[in-house]
Formats: sequence, C-alpha cells, structure tokens
Amino acid sequence: MNLSKLKPRKLAFVKEIEKLSHNHHLINRLEAIGIIPNKPIMVLRQAWFGGPLHVRVGSTTEIAIRHQEAKIILLQSIE
Amino acid sequence: MNCHQPKTVGKNINPHKRVALLGMPNTGKSTFFNRLTGGNAFVGNWAGITVDLLQARVKIEDETTEFIDLPGIYDLNGFSEDEKVVQNFLEKFAVDLVIIIVNATQIDRQIRLVLQIKALGFPAILVLNMADEAKHYGVKIEVDELSQRLEIPTFLMSAKYGQNYQRVYEQIVKKIKENNYSFQINNLTDQLLKIGAVLPEKIDQILGGTVIMPSNFLKTFTFKVDSILLHPILGLPLFFLGMFLVFQIVWNIGLPSMDLMGNFTNFLQIYLLESLLKPFPLLIQDFIINGIWNGLATVASFIPLIVLFFIVMAILEDSGYLSRSAYLMDALMSQLGLDGRSFVLQMMGFGCNVPALMGTRIMRSQGLRLLTMLVITFSLCSARLQVFIFLIAATFPNQKGATVLFSLYILSFVAALVAAFLLKGQFKNKEPFVLELPPYRFPTLKQVINRGWGEVLHFLQRASGFIILGCVAVWFLTNLPLGTTGLDTFGGQLGNFLSPIMQPIGIDPYLTLSLLFGFIAKEVVVGAFPVIYGMDATNLSNYIGSTVTWVQAYSFCLFCLLYTPCLTTLATMFNESKSWKYTSFSVIFSFVFAWLVSFIFFQTASFFGFS
Repeated sequence: MNLSKLKPRKLAFVKEIEKLSHNHHLINRLEAIGIIPNKPIMVLRQAWFGGPLHVRVGSTTEIAIRHQEAKIILLQSIE
Repeated sequence: MNCHQPKTVGKNINPHKRVALLGMPNTGKSTFFNRLTGGNAFVGNWAGITVDLLQARVKIEDETTEFIDLPGIYDLNGFSEDEKVVQNFLEKFAVDLVIIIVNATQIDRQIRLVLQIKALGFPAILVLNMADEAKHYGVKIEVDELSQRLEIPTFLMSAKYGQNYQRVYEQIVKKIKENNYSFQINNLTDQLLKIGAVLPEKIDQILGGTVIMPSNFLKTFTFKVDSILLHPILGLPLFFLGMFLVFQIVWNIGLPSMDLMGNFTNFLQIYLLESLLKPFPLLIQDFIINGIWNGLATVASFIPLIVLFFIVMAILEDSGYLSRSAYLMDALMSQLGLDGRSFVLQMMGFGCNVPALMGTRIMRSQGLRLLTMLVITFSLCSARLQVFIFLIAATFPNQKGATVLFSLYILSFVAALVAAFLLKGQFKNKEPFVLELPPYRFPTLKQVINRGWGEVLHFLQRASGFIILGCVAVWFLTNLPLGTTGLDTFGGQLGNFLSPIMQPIGIDPYLTLSLLFGFIAKEVVVGAFPVIYGMDATNLSNYIGSTVTWVQAYSFCLFCLLYTPCLTTLATMFNESKSWKYTSFSVIFSFVFAWLVSFIFFQTASFFGFS
C-alpha cells in the first residue's frame, strides 16, 4: 500500500519511504515536511486530469505531491 | 551545550556581534526580521555566498549588532541551493547568536531543524512564531517545559501582530550581552553526518507531553475554502474568473487615476516648467519639454496604477492562493516539461520578470530551471502593462479595454505554454514535485502598503536612470539632422530601414523606433511615444487613436509582449544561467517567436478585412 493509492479522506499511517537508487534528496525533503514513520497522513483531494494530490501530513501541514512521488511513501496496512 | 563537538570558537571575533535568523520557508521569518530591523535592511556582500542575503545593523544598548536573514530551508543537511547557501554561510562566517524561527502550528515537524542546531552547539533562541494561528488551530505548547528540555530559551510569538515580541527582544539583548564567543563550524556537513539523522524517537521524547497537536480531521477555515477553490472541476474556472476580476479592477480604477496624475503633471508643466524655460532658445525648450519632460510625465502617470497592481499582487501572494494555483496547474504544466511552481513564477513575473527569474533557484533540475526562465520572459510585466494600457485606451472603445487587456494576459500565458511545448525536448526535467500549501492568511494593511511602496521606489529608480536616458536618445534621433522632421530624421531613417521586417506585422517606422528603445526597459516604450511624436500624453492618445488601427495596435502589443526581454531581465538570465549560449538563444528565440505571432495575427486579421 502506498500513498498514491490511498482513498481521499481516509486516515493512514506512514510506514517508511522507499529508498531507490537516486532519491536521497527527495527523501530528505519529505522527512523535513514531516513524512516519518508512524505519522498520520491523509489525502484531501486530487487535482483534475491525474494532477497532484492534496495531502495532509499530521494535522497542520498540507502539501501538493504528484502520484509519482506519492508512490514511494509506503503506508501501514489499514484494517 | 554539547562541548564534545569540535568547533572553532573565537572570543568575539566579529567587529559587530552577528545574529543569524534561521528557519523553514513560510514561518514568517522575514516579517520578524523586518520588525527587528525596522526596515533598514540592505543587501550584504558575503565572499563565497552566491545569493543576496538581507542584513541590517541595529543599535542594541549602544552596541551595533548585525542581523542576517538567511534563506528559508527545510533541512540543514539538505541539497537545495538555499540549503547550500546556509551551510556555506555557517561554515565561512562566525555568528554570535542564532535565532531559530519555527511555525508554531507545525512544531511537530519543524522541531527537526531546532534539534540540528542544538546538536551543532550554536547559542540559540527559539521563536515559535504565528502564535495566533497556533491558537486558532488548537495547537497547545507548554513553552517553559519545552524550553527546559531543549535547553534553549523559547518563546511563543506573533511577528505579524507583535504579540510577545517585546519579551523575545529582551532575550536577544540579554543573550548578545552575555555571549562572548563567536561560533563557526568549518566542517558543518561532516559534523551533521556524525550527529546523524534526527530520529522520530528523539522528536517524541522532546514533544511528548509538551505539545498537543489537534485532530487529523480538523476542519479549518482553509479546509472549507479549499473545498471550493481547489474543487476538481470548479477550481480552474474560478481561478480564471478571479484573474479577470483583478484586471477589471486594475483597468477601472487604474485608468482614471492616470488622468489625475496627468492633470497634475500638466499643471506643473504649464505653471512652472514653461515659465522657467522662457528665457532659453527654442531648441533647448523643445529638448527639455519634448525630450525629457513629456516622456517622464507619461511614465509618471502610471505610478498610481503600479501601486494598485502591486497591492493586488501582494494580496494574492500573501494570502496563500498563489501556491494553490501551482496545485491547480501542475497537471497541465507537467505535460510541457514544467511544473506547478513554474506557473506560480510566471504569475510573479506579471509584476516584474527579474525577481521571478531569481525565484527559479528553488528548482534543482537545470533543465526545468532553464525552461522555466525562458517562459517567464513572456510574462506580461508591469512595464509592458503600461504600454498596453496606453495603446488600448487610445485605440479601443473604453468598455472593451479590460477584456482586451485580459486577452493579452491569456496570450502571454498561452505563448509561454507553446514555447515550452516546442522546447521541452531540449530541457529535460526529472524533478520531483512536492510543494507546501500554507493556510490562507489575511495580509495586514501594513504588509500590503509596504509592498506597494517598495515597488514604487523601485520603479522610480528605474525611471530616473534608464527612462531619461532612453527618452534623450530618442529625442536626438528624432531631431537630428537639425531642421529635418518625420521620416527624414535619423530615427525616421532607422525606422524606415527596418520597415521590411516591421511592415508585414503592421508596425510603422515611428512605432518601430519606440520598440527599438524598449530593449533598454519597456517603460521607455511609453516614454518614447511623446518624444517621437512631439506631443503630450493626451494629444498623443487622440493622435494615435486616429492614425493607428486597432489591428495594428494589437499586433504591436503582441510583438511588444513577446519580443526580446529588457536589458535587466537579460542580465539576470545570464547571471542565473551563467551561459552566453542560453542567453543569446533566448534573445533570438523570443524575437522570432514574437514576429511570427504578430505576423499570423496581423495577416489573418487583414485577410478577413479588419483594419
């Protein structure tokens, strides 16, 4: 399960950020934005034509993130 | 303090004690800096630091203290250009105190930066800014307990409204007096590596019991507004409707205000200037009135409009809506090798292209950055706005004005998209897109007025240099050789010489001449009109209205919108890209592009019998 597949308005928790060969810059930025293990995360909405996701990290940080980048944010399985 | 960290410590090695402001983007750092320094900031020169840093010297109890506003960064260990600047700064220059500004509502994640600074051993003060917002959100912080756990003096404050500012200031004074050591870390990145990542457990240990964050399902004001403004279907139409309304306002308030300013300069000319000039020969009188005064007066008539325009821009930017337009537009922009931020920068280019070009520094991918810079130069900046308003008002019936103006903004945007589409193969972009969306905020009147005023000063600086120079040059060209008029003058000949290129797009030799000087600065185009025609603004407007058709005028506007950017913009493009090849490419590309667009428009319109 990753963030790109999460249904809008469903709360999930971050498991980890997937480490790929050349994405340490991105991981760094995502962590600074607050995407760290166990952090509650929620998709608020999605833009038109497959555009970015509007995501809430914790309760007070909101970001726009493309599907491409949302894919590497792995979530804990929700029951 | 971690005394085992190796660091260079000198006993007050700075001539003035130096205080650095550090924090993440969107924390109100600059607002705080302005409050601290009372707007006395200037751009400092720091060896080895590639960007401009704002600094100010403030007397604190008879001791001059230097404050530096470092760029907003996410991570001391980060890789963006701004993050490198801050790393570089802390490695190369000793500081006596670091003030960390944190957005109190986001303390749950911004605490990372605080822990990094603490681990490095810098003497610090922690300011939890935006106390008003934190209260609104229901973020609860036990400040004293947090301060003890961090071993850093900590304050909840609002830089915007000034709440608790006095206490922070007193603490700064106290710290500056106490600290007799300057801190500098020569190998910051190695040190950070040694310290290692800030672990989630460490954050929990500090924040557990001291900070209570609100529910994840919090329905804030921003949440409710976003459900309309960011609506998947309504979002974009609302955006364009909003923009249209903005240009209605600029047109309907801006234009009458220009007449007021025009009356004022007319009054000065008739009752002051003309009587002062009476004793001088006719040629001198003509030079001063038609060569300098008329040009300057025409440009000056735009001052109220510029103020209004920048006030609107400041409201858009500070409200947080502009960054949301990045979210709305990203789907489209990504198809063109750009991203949502490119769009925001284009919008900022509507003010002036230069700061927008510098804003591309947030992009790491060189391809994305160069392509974005290229399309920014097509943004209809406030200088071009003056040219268009002047021509539209002269050649179109008034009630159509705002719509015609809006169409030029749309074209400016479409031209940028077409250019990006044509060139995206040349500029590869693999940059990830992650962008913070700050909550909606109401800018204070002070912020908005400061911004408008600052821009006017900037405008006047340009006006006094480039524009006078440009007008004088145009006067000489249109008055020499002595005794000639019209197309026999050097200027007329030059215009005639270029007419094989300009005739097919409907631009006559006189207008060509103004475009030639528009290369210096686009304001010169407006300033040059009265000089070329030897009339004041009101007569000129009537004269142009009767001699230039609306098709010609619109073709001129299109060409002026897209052709070679002004000198300052080019210099900035070179500075940012460090490439002559790229800069010359941009010049040639935009010229050819402008010509083609005007050609297609003018020939099509003529073909269908409009003239």
